[in-house]
Amino acid sequence: MLISLAQNVVSGILVGALYGLAAVGLSLTFGVTKFLNVAHGELLMLGGYASFWAFTTLGMDPFLTLPSTIVFMVLIGALLYKLLFSRMVKLTEDVKVKNTMLIAFGLSLILQNVALRLWTADDRSITTSYSGVALSMLGVRLPVVRLASLVVAFVCLMALHLFLQRTYTGKAIRATVEDWAAATLVGIDIHKVYLESFILGALLAGVAGALVSVGYSIVPTMGLEWTLIALVVMVLGGLGSIMGTFVGGIILGVTQSVTSYFAGGTYREVVGLLIFLLVLVFRPQGLFGTKQG
Amino acid sequence: MLEIEGVDAFYGDLQALWGVSLRIEEGELVALIGPNGAGKTTTLQVISGLLPPASGRIRFRGHDVTRERPDRIVAMGISQVPEGGRVFTGMTVLENLELGAFLPEARRDKAESLKRVFRIFPRLEERKAQRAGTLSGGERQMLAIGRALMSKPKLLLLDEPSFGLAPLLVEQIFAMITEINAQGVTILLVEQNVRAALELTQRAYVLENGRIVGQGSGNELLSFESVRRAYLG
Repeated sequence: MLISLAQNVVSGILVGALYGLAAVGLSLTFGVTKFLNVAHGELLMLGGYASFWAFTTLGMDPFLTLPSTIVFMVLIGALLYKLLFSRMVKLTEDVKVKNTMLIAFGLSLILQNVALRLWTADDRSITTSYSGVALSMLGVRLPVVRLASLVVAFVCLMALHLFLQRTYTGKAIRATVEDWAAATLVGIDIHKVYLESFILGALLAGVAGALVSVGYSIVPTMGLEWTLIALVVMVLGGLGSIMGTFVGGIILGVTQSVTSYFAGGTYREVVGLLIFLLVLVFRPQGLFGTKQG
Repeated sequence: MLEIEGVDAFYGDLQALWGVSLRIEEGELVALIGPNGAGKTTTLQVISGLLPPASGRIRFRGHDVTRERPDRIVAMGISQVPEGGRVFTGMTVLENLELGAFLPEARRDKAESLKRVFRIFPRLEERKAQRAGTLSGGERQMLAIGRALMSKPKLLLLDEPSFGLAPLLVEQIFAMITEINAQGVTILLVEQNVRAALELTQRAYVLENGRIVGQGSGNELLSFESVRRAYLG
């Protein structure tokens, strides 16, 4: 019993790292642009398919497909931003949240249906020669692909952290999150910052999708579930804290996994939404966020 | 250096500026005074490109900048210190100053500009690793001015730099503003602290209800009847 509980906690941590990665992308885009991109889950789905097809048609190792998936997501992100979201920049904040949510909702339906047309409704997953390999520690199984995914997710977030802290572009993004008008007054072109953060969000979603396709499975309709997960984790971690969001993802993963152990799989999603509500009521700034002054 | 001609500006349907015209010559220190809600901040927003005017023209060193993008206006040499400073509180003092030198040309001379800012505001050098949110009101104002100087502006727009500061600090800040002006930076100073502003500046404009209602040298305006009545009691 103890071992199977431990197994569930470990599985929760492994999937939670991907939740965190997905949520950091959404949170970054939202923090900078105040665009509520509810098509974030679909971007994740596209990243998953990009990786899947690179693996299937070119025979590339799934972890080596990440660079090409990243390039693909940068292009997709730039295209969607220019086509759909760039017009929303000038709106006031509340109108912007509403309008971008509507646009993104439409976009999610379009992307889902295009993916269904192109790739059918079948579940797909990348199976490599080492897919079945697992380390065993005290009776707990650690599948290597999921373990590697956790490492990749962590490395991505550290890289993002360093990018935001050390580079001029990163500092411009942080300045825009804090006070876009003051950022404008030091000469930052906020249209460019918006574009960059939208692309970063798409890129992080794509990497998360690629990792999902290798450790789990992907399907054209997976987007909504992932958008909800990312929203819950974003609220749980609190805006503006990358590590907080990552830890928030792991907390959600573990909670879901342990809940389905005790109460059965049907309660997995319910517990996530319950956490969402509890955090909103009792700690609206998130577990790791700071109160906005 | 800066010429504003007949500028009208609106917030939605509400007209905030009515045919505002003013000129600033190179090297001057000019004040824009007036009561709360007169349109002083709005005038600065229009110059900085944050609020495009409905009509009228703004020229800076011979170029039309009327509907130019805010970041382009900074690049041309106009830098604004907004009301309350609005420093980036989550970042360190040094990061704030680095962001002041965001544009390529300013970035090239960053080290030199930093030395200059630290010479004018030694306090900032002592606190450079601290988060800006932990600074006192006066220090934040110094940081905001320092950040604006990092872009190597030719024209500095200051919005109420004395607001909320103790009298002794106001004196210090004003002394620093005079020094910055003496180093060759043209300054447009928006102030509610009218007596102090008029003593400091060579020339001032009086703005009321979105219109320029008077202008003259500091001493002329100190004896200007409506200014005396309205601001000096």
